[in-house]
Amino acid sequence: MTTATDTDILTGLADIINEISGRPAADVVPTASFTADLDLDSLTMVEVVVAAEERFGVRIPDDDVAQLVTVQDALDYIVRAQVSA
Amino acid sequence: MTVRDEPVVITGIGMTTPLGGSTADTWSALLAGASGTRLLDEDWAADLPVRIAARAAVDPTGVLDRVEARRLDRSQQLALVAAREAWADAGEPGVEPERLAVVVSSGIGGVLTLLGQDDVRREKGVRLVSPLTVPMIMPNGPAATVALELAARAGTHAPVSACASGAEAIAYALDLLRLDRADVVVCGGAEAAIHPLPIAGFAAMKALSKREDEPERASRPYDKARDGFVLGEGAGVLVLERASSARAREARVWAEVAGAGITSDAHHVAAPDPTGAGAARAVVAALRDANAAERDVVHVNAHATSTPAGDVAEALALRSALGADTDHAVVSATKSCTGHLLGAAGAVEAAFAALALHHRIAPPTRNLDDPDDEVTLDIARVDARPLPEQGVALSTSFGFGGHNVALALRTAS
Repeated sequence: MTTATDTDILTGLADIINEISGRPAADVVPTASFTADLDLDSLTMVEVVVAAEERFGVRIPDDDVAQLVTVQDALDYIVRAQVSA
Repeated sequence: MTVRDEPVVITGIGMTTPLGGSTADTWSALLAGASGTRLLDEDWAADLPVRIAARAAVDPTGVLDRVEARRLDRSQQLALVAAREAWADAGEPGVEPERLAVVVSSGIGGVLTLLGQDDVRREKGVRLVSPLTVPMIMPNGPAATVALELAARAGTHAPVSACASGAEAIAYALDLLRLDRADVVVCGGAEAAIHPLPIAGFAAMKALSKREDEPERASRPYDKARDGFVLGEGAGVLVLERASSARAREARVWAEVAGAGITSDAHHVAAPDPTGAGAARAVVAALRDANAAERDVVHVNAHATSTPAGDVAEALALRSALGADTDHAVVSATKSCTGHLLGAAGAVEAAFAALALHHRIAPPTRNLDDPDDEVTLDIARVDARPLPEQGVALSTSFGFGGHNVALALRTAS
C-alpha cells in the first residue's frame, strides 16, 4: 500500500482528534502532548488510536500506545509501522 | 421546625418529550391534546409486529454540541437537555457542590448503545467496540451525566423500578432533603429505547398497541378499545429544594412535593395485581406522608398506560384509596398524548401535575371516546378542565416488577 507522508499523517491525526474531541485541528502540532496540551482522556485516546489504525492501515498495540506522549511520537510510530507493514 | 418537617418545593422543571423539546412547548401541546405518536417508517422497523412509537419531538443531537453528544447514549443526551432546562428554570441555585445531589433514573439504561455496539462487534470486530460503551450503557449513566454537568457532589443516584423509575427518583430526592443529605436535588428520569429489540420484547408481552393505521389514536387510556401502550422516549427533570431555601433566594415555586408512597405487589413480575391493592396502599401512604386528606385531592395524573388490565386495576386502586372523595378529583391520563416514556414517565408526569396545580388546569385525555364501564373516575376528556386554587395532586407510576409509586404534590403556598 502507499504510505502517507508526515504532513498527510499530521493532517489526518488533526482531523481525527477534532472529530472525536472537538479540539481545533490547528492545536494538533507535533510538539503537543496528547494529555497535557490536547487534554485527551484515556478513553478518548483509545478512540483516537482505533481511528488512526483504520485510517493509516497500521496496528498500534496497547503497550505501545502508552509510549506515545506527543503528536510527533505518534507521527514517527505510524511512519515506521507503515514501512514495516 | 426540623429539616424533616420542612416543605420541599419544585423550583425548576425541564423536559424533552414527544410533544416538544422544552417544558413550555410540551405543556402547550398537552393542553391542546396533541399526539406524539407516529408511524415508524424506517427500514429497520419494516418487519416489526408494531411500527408505531412516540419519538422525542426534538432530536437531542441537534441541541447538544456534536462532541458532547457523541460521548453520550441517547438517554443521557435527553437527560442532559432536560437537566439544563430545569437548572436554568430554577435560576441556577448557588448551592455548594457538596450539598447538591442528583437522582436521575432510567428504566432500561443505554440500550441503544448496547445493541448498537453489539452490531459493531459482530460486523467489524471487538477492537472497534467503543471505549465509551460501558459509561454509555450503564443505567446510572443519565444520573452521572447530569452530576458531571452540574458538579453535584452530594451523591448521585439512579433508583431503577421499570416504569416507576422517574417517580421513585423524585421520592428519593424528597428523602435526601428531609434527611439533610443535600440542600438541592436535581431529580427525574430519562429513557430512549425505540429500537427493534425492546419493541419486539414489549410486543411479545402483548403490551403494545397495534393500531398502526391510526398512530395518533393508538394510546387511549381508559377507552374500551384500548389495546396496549405506545413506546415513547424523552426526559423530565425537576429541581427540588426546601421551601426556606427557595424563599431565601426568591425563587419561583411551581408546587410543593408534599409526600411519597412506595409499595410493591409481589404478585407477578409483569401483570398488575388485579385488585390494585398495592397501588392503593401507595396512594394512601403518599397522602399520609403529605399530611393530606382524601378530600384534598383535586387532580390525579394517572399512570394509565392504555393497557387493558393496567388501567382498570389503577382505577380500582384510586377508588379504593380515595373512597367517595375520588369524585372530587379530575383525572388526566397524559400518556394518551405523550405515549409511555417508561423510566422518564413518572418524572414528566409529576412535572405535569405540578404545572396543573400552578396553572390550575387539568390537561385533557386524548382518544377517550367510549370509557370502560369498570372505570368510574372523573376524567378530563376532550378539553382541559379548571382546577381549584388550592389542593393536592397525585401522580401515580407503576412498573414491571410490581413497583408502585405515588407522589402527592400541593399547590405552593
